[in-house]
Amino acid sequence: MQKGKKIIAIGERDGVPGPVIAECLEGAGYEVIFQATECFV
Amino acid sequence: MNFENQGVIKRLADQYGPENLTVVLGNGEANGVEVFAETVTQGDPSYAGPLAGVALKIPVYHVLEEDVMGQVPEKLREEKLQLSSLVIDIEPMHQVLQSSREKL
Repeated sequence: MQKGKKIIAIGERDGVPGPVIAECLEGAGYEVIFQATECFV
Repeated sequence: MNFENQGVIKRLADQYGPENLTVVLGNGEANGVEVFAETVTQGDPSYAGPLAGVALKIPVYHVLEEDVMGQVPEKLREEKLQLSSLVIDIEPMHQVLQSSREKL
């Protein structure tokens, strides 16, 4: 994955939620500009 | 992908330029990943949402793919992703997403 890109994190309730993706990617030095958690039922 | 998120992604692509964006998913199952990837690369396949007919060509990754996980600091990876990586079968999603990225 290319460094320097702005990240859109779309998580899933039954997988990895958006805030967790955002936290991990920010820790890796990326700028997260949007995060959400979708729910499939 | 729900219409609200499609609308936000369309707006962000207008604001920042789609070439500067990357989408990172956290799906628990492979079912649905292909549709997510198609939505932000070729446009909404249902032709119903804000991204219908809009080919943004934004690369899509899953957070548990090695290319992404490998960049996360070890402590965060262990705390936040290790459990998920044990229960989520990433390989089928990796295949789908890698194929999607190669078409860009």
